[in-house]
Parts: sequence; structure tokens; C-alpha cells
Amino acid sequence: MTTANISLDTAPVPFNVRIRQPTALIGLVLLMWVPLTLYVMFGPFLSDTLKSFVLLPAIPATVALYVIAVTSWRESPVAIIGATLVFFWLFVAVSAPYLPLIDPNKPLAPFAEMGAYKKDHWFLLGADFKGRDMLSRDLWGCQRVLVWGVSATLVAYAVGAFFGLLAGYLSGWWDQAISLVCNILLSFPVMVLFILILNYLGPSGFNIVIAVTFASAPAIMRIVRGLTLDTRSRDYIFAAQTRGEHPLRIMIFELLPNARGPIIVDACLRLGYTTVAITTLTFLGLGLQPPDPDWGLMIKESTKVAMVWKFSYMLLIPALSVSSLILGFNLLADGLREMSLRD
Amino acid sequence: MLKLIGSRLLQMLLIMGVISFILFAIFDSDKFKKQIAVNELGGFAVSALSEQDYQAWLEKKGLNVPFYQRYLNWVAGVAQGDFGKSFEKNEPVADLLATRLVHTGLLALWVFALMIPLSLLFGVVAGMKEGSPQDRLTSFISVLTTSLPEIATAIILTVIFALGLRWLPPNAAMVNGWDWRALVLPVLTLVLYDFGYVARMTRASMAEVMNSQYIRTAILKGLPYRRVILRHALRNALIAPFTIIVLQMNWLLSGVVVVEVFFQYAGFGKLLLDAALFGDIYVIQAATLVAVFVAVASQIISDVGYTFLNPRIRFA
Repeated sequence: MTTANISLDTAPVPFNVRIRQPTALIGLVLLMWVPLTLYVMFGPFLSDTLKSFVLLPAIPATVALYVIAVTSWRESPVAIIGATLVFFWLFVAVSAPYLPLIDPNKPLAPFAEMGAYKKDHWFLLGADFKGRDMLSRDLWGCQRVLVWGVSATLVAYAVGAFFGLLAGYLSGWWDQAISLVCNILLSFPVMVLFILILNYLGPSGFNIVIAVTFASAPAIMRIVRGLTLDTRSRDYIFAAQTRGEHPLRIMIFELLPNARGPIIVDACLRLGYTTVAITTLTFLGLGLQPPDPDWGLMIKESTKVAMVWKFSYMLLIPALSVSSLILGFNLLADGLREMSLRD
Repeated sequence: MLKLIGSRLLQMLLIMGVISFILFAIFDSDKFKKQIAVNELGGFAVSALSEQDYQAWLEKKGLNVPFYQRYLNWVAGVAQGDFGKSFEKNEPVADLLATRLVHTGLLALWVFALMIPLSLLFGVVAGMKEGSPQDRLTSFISVLTTSLPEIATAIILTVIFALGLRWLPPNAAMVNGWDWRALVLPVLTLVLYDFGYVARMTRASMAEVMNSQYIRTAILKGLPYRRVILRHALRNALIAPFTIIVLQMNWLLSGVVVVEVFFQYAGFGKLLLDAALFGDIYVIQAATLVAVFVAVASQIISDVGYTFLNPRIRFA
């Protein structure tokens, strides 16, 4: 340790260091996420003027987060490729209203092929069977998938982690009861559970969040419970108990931050699963509803008409888009795991 | 061992009892019963259904008794192999389910027959030497294939082989009788999605064994490399993949829903989805119980098989 540099007036912390502080990062994430969620979930309730600029602050935040991610994960090329794919779609999601795209729900030229020029518009990726521009629909489509996918994973994590902490930290009866419920839920094949819950609640975005919570929270609870059992007997937990801290406070502020490594990796993987689930459910007719574009819906609408080689782009474009997003999440998880093993 | 199996079977029965009760309670709501009545009596809206017609319909179907009584009747029926009657298709659920299960069973049989050798081969070859080109290649392929959701794989395969090259039929509805060629694309889709995960797990297990002391000893004492792999390494390396493969049964039951719906294959998954969209209570009930039974049974088989294959582990 070098003591020579210490002086009484502390030098200002450089900007690129300051922005990596947890508070700054959380701020940036919120700056990106809150407008996007507002825009997608509560779009119908916003006034047009608010809608036209609510996403503006999210664009620089997304770019800043991407730059931070790339510079701090330099050691893992896999993670950088994953982050690039994920942030590409995030960037498209926040900037969709400002990109030079035409209205994704406006029918122009049915079955216009790729690169066709019809009705004063270049259809770079063609048009679907109703004549809506595929490029515009594909790029707008990522908003709903991303927002509902990430929200569902977040809620599932909040619920799963809470019960996992309860079961792991309090053990005894709590553990028995929570584990029993989890075992019952885990004995369903996931898709069966989705179909039953969404059929009961009816298809909508918020109900997808509930269904994903029911399907994923038991597995998350098991992971968090295991991690809690592992960290529970550490000295700093005993210290907190001796200080007389409330058990909830210990769980959330002492246990959870110390178990974050495996949780973050698992969350990345689970984001991929949830994206698959949302696209699949929408394809099955149990998820998000028309007319707004969304990848699962684009596939569902096209399967009836696009079963010809000439029009197969209507199916391929959303399929490849959703695959690239999932690939991004999976590579990110791989890279993060690699880095966490190296430390 | 017998005690373990017995307690797990008892647990399974308990879980299935709880689940069937919850499902019965859920689908007993007026909202659902009205929906079925509307679906059955004709295509008008729920609001147009008169209270009189509704009551008459309930009476006719025997749905006007309290639900716990209906549940008891149903349980008694199930014990005798009678699962009730489908509202939508108007035939006994047991027959309906049996044919659909045979179809899905055929699909699953082919999936496992292709997926197991393929993923074990790739996994073992990759795990034999960590960091080698074949290891990298396997990792790359498995990340790529697990990242493609079934719906995307199905689309890509259909576009290439059915629409582009015209080698195979684009769907498996099989309107003109049974056609094995129609089964190729659904099977390939499921194999491609599942293959990556099992190969990765096999690779991890094989790599762990190859790093162990007894393999080093076997190599150092001059045994031929083939013999070390086949006689020493594989025996231990294949225990973990066995349990994972058995647990894939559970996954397959979710996976088939999408694939069967996309390819219009008349199997179990499509039956479940159709029944759920129609509100066909008895079919949903029976299909869910079958799904849960398969899932829990596969868990039991994998647990018991694991203790059997690996004597170092004994359950209390």
C-alpha cells in the first residue's frame, strides 16, 4: 500500500470511476428502465405530448450503460458479444419512436416482397399479409418482449428470493411449508402450468407476469435457499444478530448482497427462458394481444398465410430476432459465470 | 431402497390429489361453466346466455351439484378408469387421451432415440480433452442450439426443408393417413433444442472424471487410451447424464405443446392446449394429471436410478 499520495484535500474522483459506483449504475438503469416500462405498460394512459418525449432520457442512459458494460467486461469476449446483442435490442426498444420508421400498424401493401418499392415506401424487409412494414414491426416488437420479459423475471425473482430467504434463514416450519408448495409447483411441466394459469386469468401482459412468477419462483426459491443456508453461519450474520437487527433486515441487507454472484448469472439465464416463454405463449394465443407488434404475435399471424417459400420471410424475421435476443442473454450468462469463477 | 420408492410414490399420490382438487375448484367457477355452455350451445356471447338455458344445460350435464360432490364422483370414476367425457369432442376422455398419448409417445421415442446417442457422443468427445478444438466446437454448437427456441427452430427447419427444398411436408396434421415423413421435422426440432443441454451436462461430467486421480493413474500405468476411456472413465461419467436424460421427460412434455401446435400434430400437447382454450374441464384434469404423473415419475426414476448406479450415495 502506498501512503505517499495521500494529501489532505482529496483529489476529485474521475468521472469514469464515479459512474461505476453502485448508486450511479442503479440510477442509469432506472433512467433507462422506468421510461420504457411507462411507455409500454401504461402507454394508453399517457398523453400524446408526454409519450413523445418520455423515452428521450432513456437513450443516452442505454448508450452509457453499454459503454460501461463493454469497458468493465473487457476480459470476457463472450460477455461482450452477449451484452452487444442485448443492448442492441434495448437501444432499439428505447429509440423506436425516434427512428425513421413508419407506423407498424398501418396497412400499406399486402405481401410486398423484400426490397420492394410500393406506395412511396421502400419495404426493406417486405410487408406482412396485411401490408404492414416488417422492418418497422420487427423493431417495435422488441419493446413488448423486453419489457414484459424483464418485468416478469424481476417479479419472479423478488417473490422467489423472498421465500428462499425465509426458508433458508428461518428454517424449521417455514422451510417445510415453503418447500412443500414449491415441490407441488415444480411437479408441473412448465408449459402445463402456464396454460392452466393463463387460461384461468385470461391472456394479457400482467397475467403473463403472474404465470411466470408461479413457474419460475419455486426454482429461484431453491437456489436462494441453498445460498442462504451456505452464508447463514458466517460471522457477519452472527454479528448482525448480536447487534439485535431485525431478521428481515439481516436477510435483505446482509444475506442477499453476499449471495449475489450466482443469482446474477441465474437471472441472465432466466431472462432467456422468460423471453422464450413469452414468445411461445403469444404464439399459442395465451399471451399479449393484437394489434401492437410483438415477435410471437407476428409468428402466430403469419403461420396461416406464410407457408410458402416466397413469403417465408414473415416467419423467419421474428424467429431470428427472438433467437438473437435469447442468444445475447445466454452468452451474457456464460461470460459472467466465467468471470465469477475466475475471481 | 424400497422404502425410498414407497415414500416417493406416496408423495406423488398426495401431490396429484391436491392438484386435481385445486383444478376442480378453479374450473367450477360460474365464469368457466358459462363459457363451456356458450361453446357447446352455439357461438353467441356469454352475455346472451339466458339464465334458464344455462340452468337447463347444467342440469343436463350434471354440473349443478356442489363441486365437492362432483369431485368425489370423479375420483371414484378415475379409480375405475373412467375419466369423464369431453365436452368439446363428445367422446370418453380416456380413449381420447390414450390415442393422443400414443402419438406423443411415438414422437418422444424418436426424440430420445436420436438425442441420447448424439448428445452423449458429443459430450464425451468434448469432455475427453478440455479446451481442445472439439470441446470448443461442442460448446459453440450447444450454446447456439439451446438459444434457438423451439418455435424458431421449427420455423427455420420448415422454411429450409419443407418450403425451400420441398423434401418434407410442412405440417404433421396427417389428413391423408399416417405419414412417417411428416414426423421428421417435429422430431428434429425437439432434438436440436434438447441436444445442447444434455451434451453440455455430459461434457461437464466427463471433464470432471478425466481430471480425477484414478484416470491419471490408469493413463500413467500404460493402459491403452481407448481402454481408459471405455472401461474406466465412461462408467463414472455417464451417471450424471443418466439422471438428466430421465428428467428430460418432464421438459419434453412442455416442449411438445409448441411443436405439436406449430406442426398441427394431433398429440398430447395440442389436446391440452385445445382443451384449455375451450374450457374442457375433464380433458384438462386428465391431461394435467398425466403430465404431473410423468414429471414426478421421471423424478423418482432418476433419483432411484442414481442411487442404484452410484452406490456412494444412499438416501436416508
